[in-house]
Amino acid sequence: MSATLNRVGLPRDAYKGAATTLCAGCGHNSITNHMIKALYELGVEPHRLAKMSGIGCSSKTPAYFVETAHGFNGVHGRMPSLTTGAQLANRQLIMLGVSGDGDTASIGLGQFLHMIRRNIDCTYIIEDNGTYGLTKGQFSATADLGSVQKKGAVNTFQPIDPCAVALTLGCSFVARSFSGDGKQVVPLIKAAIAHRGTAILDIVSPCVTFNDHDGSTKSYSWVKDHEESIADVSFIPFFEEVHVDYEPGTVRDVELHDGSHILLKKLGEDHDPSDRRAAMRVIEEGRAAGHLVTGLLYLDTTMSDFATTEGIPERPLKDLGEDELRLTPDQFGQFISEFA
Amino acid sequence: MTEQIINDLTIQAATVNGSGSQTANLILTRAIFRMGIPVAPKNVFPSNIEGLPTWYQLRITPDGHMARTDKVDILIAFNPATWREDLLSVRSGGAVIHEQAFSNADIRSDLTYYPVPFSKLAKAKIQNDTLRKQLANMIYVGVVAGVLGIPWEALEHGVNRQFLSKPKAVQVNLDAIKVGLDYWQDNFSKTDPYLLRPMTGLVEGKVLVEGNQAAALGALMGGVTVAAWYPITPSSSLCEYLIAYTDRFRTDAKTGEKRVAIVQAEDELAAIGMAIGAGWAGARSMTSTSGPGLSLMAEFVGLGYYAEVPVVIFDIQRIGPSTGLPTRTSQADVGFAYTLSHGDTKHLVLLPGTVEECYEFGRDAFDYADRFQTPVFVLSDLDLGMNLWMTPAFKYPEKPFDRGKVLSKEDLERLAGDWGRYRDVDGDAVAYRTLPGTDHPAAGFFTRGSGHDENARYTENPEAYARNMDRLIRKLETARAALPAPVVDETSKSPIGLIAFGSTHAAVLEARQDLAAASKPVDYMRVRALPLSHEVAAFVARHEHVYVVEQNRDGQVFDLIRLELPPELVGRLRSIRHYNGQPIPAVAITEPLLNMEPVLA
Repeated sequence: MSATLNRVGLPRDAYKGAATTLCAGCGHNSITNHMIKALYELGVEPHRLAKMSGIGCSSKTPAYFVETAHGFNGVHGRMPSLTTGAQLANRQLIMLGVSGDGDTASIGLGQFLHMIRRNIDCTYIIEDNGTYGLTKGQFSATADLGSVQKKGAVNTFQPIDPCAVALTLGCSFVARSFSGDGKQVVPLIKAAIAHRGTAILDIVSPCVTFNDHDGSTKSYSWVKDHEESIADVSFIPFFEEVHVDYEPGTVRDVELHDGSHILLKKLGEDHDPSDRRAAMRVIEEGRAAGHLVTGLLYLDTTMSDFATTEGIPERPLKDLGEDELRLTPDQFGQFISEFA
Repeated sequence: MTEQIINDLTIQAATVNGSGSQTANLILTRAIFRMGIPVAPKNVFPSNIEGLPTWYQLRITPDGHMARTDKVDILIAFNPATWREDLLSVRSGGAVIHEQAFSNADIRSDLTYYPVPFSKLAKAKIQNDTLRKQLANMIYVGVVAGVLGIPWEALEHGVNRQFLSKPKAVQVNLDAIKVGLDYWQDNFSKTDPYLLRPMTGLVEGKVLVEGNQAAALGALMGGVTVAAWYPITPSSSLCEYLIAYTDRFRTDAKTGEKRVAIVQAEDELAAIGMAIGAGWAGARSMTSTSGPGLSLMAEFVGLGYYAEVPVVIFDIQRIGPSTGLPTRTSQADVGFAYTLSHGDTKHLVLLPGTVEECYEFGRDAFDYADRFQTPVFVLSDLDLGMNLWMTPAFKYPEKPFDRGKVLSKEDLERLAGDWGRYRDVDGDAVAYRTLPGTDHPAAGFFTRGSGHDENARYTENPEAYARNMDRLIRKLETARAALPAPVVDETSKSPIGLIAFGSTHAAVLEARQDLAAASKPVDYMRVRALPLSHEVAAFVARHEHVYVVEQNRDGQVFDLIRLELPPELVGRLRSIRHYNGQPIPAVAITEPLLNMEPVLA
């Protein structure tokens, strides 16, 4: 039986990577699979993909999908700056960053904020488990107040919510999801990739070894019991036609830069993803009610991304040669003479 | 009248920071340069925006000495706060142009005084209310012109050159200079010995350039396409010049499209991260910083070294440790930069000794980074970077870019995809890389700062780790031979040699001339890169004693040389150090040398 090929002629297996070395049952492995599905279905050309990460369990995962793509596992918390530089060097690349809650909300908080402030064109996924896995179970800065560590210690600090922080800075794409909710994660990843600008996707992803017990608010059972999706998300790529068979008034249709569409089907109260204050309210109300609100919280398709704002050509800067970068001998001579 | 002193004097202007005196100083400098006389200006400025004392030293010598001197011949005293202290800096027989209102009590009797009522003249003669404070400085340019005999044409040239982009400012400034010149002519007769006379043959074809301008031009000609920086004295002006030059030469006038990306980052961590990200993706990328920024970059530079990513790092050194003296010069980052980051690291470090080399090394650093796939430092300093230096006009590059070993799609097809990112194929320890975006299924690899094997796969295997580290040190050996060789002058046939690097060069040239004049000539090797050339040991072997002269407390390069010398030569090496933040004067070399060296006694 021949494998089904996507629009660029590749089978799903072409989007796989090395075997995972994370724990069996780790939420991150599910996200890796969602990533493979999303990239395969989108028909992303592997050579155009740049997989970026920092340090930690999450940051290992780019090795586990699209093995033929370039990847860069940098230093702890500094993936945004590497991504910024790479994006400026070559605007043709699809920048896909995978980070964790320690990487993003602690050591890398500064770079996270400034990446958003600049609106770097990239997808930034936070595999958020509220704990430091590789160093054996310390709390991270996204752990909820009062949540309990495996050995019983209680977190006494307010959490940093990456989505709330991103919204405050005017991030152009903010979403939250759960690693076990592929139906929601996959279209959100696709939409994040299609979006031109910084797309933040905070995915709660339980750590089965250090943070999956009673008292944790990042465990499988807690999230399953408390997830409140604000809308059903589906993604129609630019190369497919939009067939809406929903009742009028029940679905919001948002067109992205590349002609793709996000369809949002109301579940409860209607949420307008272009309303930043409403998004903040949804997060705050969810937190007050003890819920994990998931879905596309905010989207601004009008904001210019950094490279566009800066006038960087679509043609990769890395490909420019002497004739486009150096002064001519005449220009040079004239310029030097101005120093006389 | 005492014997005349022609074209050999040092003017020191003592003013208040932020008062606009720098423009006056530059006009004076350019006017004298216009007379064909070599000039060597040095700014001694505070870490301050407005109000603290600042000094501008303009050294004029018929030999073209560029180093600072401690001897002041003519003081322009504009700052009441430092007036008494400034008076003490003037050599006996010198002249003082000062604000008439300054107290003359207990004044030195061995100086000539030209008291000028600058404030009153400014109020009475300068009609422009908004510019009066700035233009008041021009009055002293006029007085100095009167004292020294600077022709009006030269003053006009200085003003025109200074206001190239603001021609409207020319006349008001010339008018203010005229006020000073007239006052001098109406009120004084010359009693000091100093005079300027036009010269020929010394400054023709030369230009006045700051090291940071030269380095920015080097980066421009070296093909930089991504630069990320965080403001820090004394390096900020490098990227600011780069912005100005790329606005002019790399921007499409019609579309506004830029053939460069320059990012003011949130800190130095991000600046180097962006530069490394861009280098990884194939751009010629750089950052520019000074000591505190270099400290912050340590972790990322280790990644650049271990993952083998090209990037250029300009470090315009200032005095440390910590914040140190942010506006004073130093060569104390050299040891730190050479091994920056944890673990076994050694980097390629270029040591420009002139502004011309700031340009050339600033340009060629991108070739070295690409060729050796590693961070390359260009270590300038505040003296070189922020002062104007007289230099031969820079040469147009003769060579195209060397982009190093990069495999294209076609290369990969030819190799049938059989390649490994960290394989030493050519025996020079420099491996091949592919760039993201290369359309071949074998192009992709995973770059990481964790352990990796020849094929860029994660490994904790002890042999694979050691093998890779051994290749990296062999790569350094390949680079050692390729970097700029030392410049050697052994014409004196002396058993004594000097070794120096960077901006110390200017003081060494003068010290050697002074020593030769006293029939005590010494040889000289100027080191221009780390790792050190093997020629260094050979130079030491050819001399009885070799003195390493540098501007840091600990003799950092003295130590590096000792580490690489065979044991029997180590005892020949001696150290001369200068580290008070002021650019080293020649006397800081000759005095300790004559004290320490029996051969020269």
